[in-house]
Amino acid sequence: MTNNAKTYTIDVHHVTRVEGHGNIRINTRDGVVEDVKLCIVEANRFFESFTRGMTPHEIPWVVGRICGICCVGHQLSATKAVEDAQGIAVSPQTVLLRKMLNESQFLQSHVLHVYFLAVPDFVGAPSVIPLIKTHPEVVKRALRLKKLANDYTEVMGGRTIHPMSNTLKGWRRLPDLERLEQVRNRLVAAVPDLLETVGIVKTLKIPGYERETEFVSLKHPDEYALYEGDVFSSDTQSGVPVRDYRSVTNEFTVAHSTTKWSRWHRDAYAVGALARVNNNFDQLHPEAKSVAETLGLKTPCYNPYMNNVAQVVEIVHCAYNSLAMMETVLNGGLREEDIGHTPKAGRGFGAVEVPRGILFHEYAFDEAGRCCDANAIIPTSQNVNNIEQDMKAFVPLMLPEMSQETLTLHMEMLLRAYDPCISCSVHMLNVEFVD
Amino acid sequence: MKPKVAFFDFASCEGCQLAVLNCEDVLLDILGLVDIVEFREAMSETAPRFDVAFIEGSINREQDAERLRDIRARSTYLVAMGACACIGNVQARSNFIAPAENFQRVYGVEDRNRVQTDPEFWPLWAHTRVRAVHEIVPVDFELRGCPLVPEEFVHLVKSLVTGAIPRFSTQAVCVECKMLENECVYDQGETCMGQITRGGCKAICITNGYRCDGCRGVLPHANLTAHHGLLKSKGLSEPQITNRYRLFCSAESLGRVGRTGHDK
Repeated sequence: MTNNAKTYTIDVHHVTRVEGHGNIRINTRDGVVEDVKLCIVEANRFFESFTRGMTPHEIPWVVGRICGICCVGHQLSATKAVEDAQGIAVSPQTVLLRKMLNESQFLQSHVLHVYFLAVPDFVGAPSVIPLIKTHPEVVKRALRLKKLANDYTEVMGGRTIHPMSNTLKGWRRLPDLERLEQVRNRLVAAVPDLLETVGIVKTLKIPGYERETEFVSLKHPDEYALYEGDVFSSDTQSGVPVRDYRSVTNEFTVAHSTTKWSRWHRDAYAVGALARVNNNFDQLHPEAKSVAETLGLKTPCYNPYMNNVAQVVEIVHCAYNSLAMMETVLNGGLREEDIGHTPKAGRGFGAVEVPRGILFHEYAFDEAGRCCDANAIIPTSQNVNNIEQDMKAFVPLMLPEMSQETLTLHMEMLLRAYDPCISCSVHMLNVEFVD
Repeated sequence: MKPKVAFFDFASCEGCQLAVLNCEDVLLDILGLVDIVEFREAMSETAPRFDVAFIEGSINREQDAERLRDIRARSTYLVAMGACACIGNVQARSNFIAPAENFQRVYGVEDRNRVQTDPEFWPLWAHTRVRAVHEIVPVDFELRGCPLVPEEFVHLVKSLVTGAIPRFSTQAVCVECKMLENECVYDQGETCMGQITRGGCKAICITNGYRCDGCRGVLPHANLTAHHGLLKSKGLSEPQITNRYRLFCSAESLGRVGRTGHDK
């Protein structure tokens, strides 16, 4: 059955298996799409307002609470912004530990997203739970990988969610090397699990819809940029420094979303795993490149559903890159550093890549060293505009060939493919077909 | 019949639901004991009634309060999960700022005026105040902390399944910290909320080199006057003390007692 010559609205309220709350609304009249809206319906939390009055070292600790899944990234981006404002330079040891902490979260988040949130769509299950009976080995492997990644974060940060070890200038308590060695050994032993993950993803039927867009990510001359670099555009093939991030995001508000929207060189741009792999493919670990080849990911890739594949490529990259960083730490050891600091006035900017894309933080402090201005721009608010553009482009193509049900599923899959983290200050999606 | 369990999220980082998913070692065992019928972050299904409803997040809008009342009416037990649900958590700090000011700082003057005067924006943008779950509906059990302590979640589920009464720590964080023989935070020149904060976290933040900021909420009979005096004796000014009490505890009596007129 097709939907030609029909007039209806698709309304998906509170799309599931995403972080935060959102709705999708599609209006069609006589087989023509009249309107597609991605509605973000998360309640406001006002982090940028209530952080005023806080001390520099309280900021990263509190703003990590913007998102449980990206808590490490928020903490790191805010730490860099506050350090910039306070004129603090950090040691190579601290940078290395932060990269490890960051990549531990990439591993955890990508494994969670690929196995728990995305795979059920591709095997026709409503959630991961029925898979426990039908695919027990897959679920157990997912749990093994996730636990390993979580333990990695805990060893580095002191706790899996909202870790407390990292602060301005360095580490409050350095990671225990014996425990780090155990994690290293488990990560070495996890290689077969990683290969199986690639094997599963290879069997998934990825919808073949493409729309050219602008990809934005960090770019670094010496490495696959996840922790530092300039803000790079695939459209201009050039970058701007992080402190000019507002010229990138150009935020604006729309009535149907509590999140702000972004655009740079065209109507919308994309951030996240696919944007990073597109922009920085050459700097991926060789093993990750070979996985990309195995999974048919060739750059430039304009199919947003391929973001799940890009996540698997990054899982492999972060695993091998982490092993190398672990070797450095285990061979060289760690030394205690002075993390004392007297707060002062200033304004600073920070950005890191988090699993869902580039994340900006900015803070200013007054003469008393108290926060007097704050701004954070999260990956999902940069992506929502691009997701809506995808929907507007794909729905007319899907309408003639798909039932309402299939179309709805494809819209939900599209949204989930971006791995939206809507709880970051706002809630996101609902597909609504209305007669 | 296995008990039907559901998870709901309101204004929060959703880290407590993630903390539940992170119980990898026992997750499959728990799933053998209960039927999870709603868990929006992880699954698509929904259900009409629940034996246990876990509520994550604070209540910031009237539409959220209504949704919470509906969940309460369909649940036998209701659990407030995490600091946002139990005490409002960090975002309750925005309660001490005028709503128009909050909107202006986040969205700018023009958009603030638009969301407050254009009826199209009202349903989504009707922020009231940040409230804990118990301020709207009766709560049967609390899993405190930011994020919740996974062991406490597992203990609660086991108790509910076996019909036992769950037991949670009634000690201060400070007591647990002493038992772990941590060096006192005050001796390192920092200040601490551990003396007045509900325990059960095994003083995890202090053990990892930081201080206690009171995310588990204030003990019912804590001597706040003495604690205030202690902070003052360590050289903290009144605005600094207010700021400190309001990091995580704004919706608690402590945040209100800590009111000194230095709200900016």
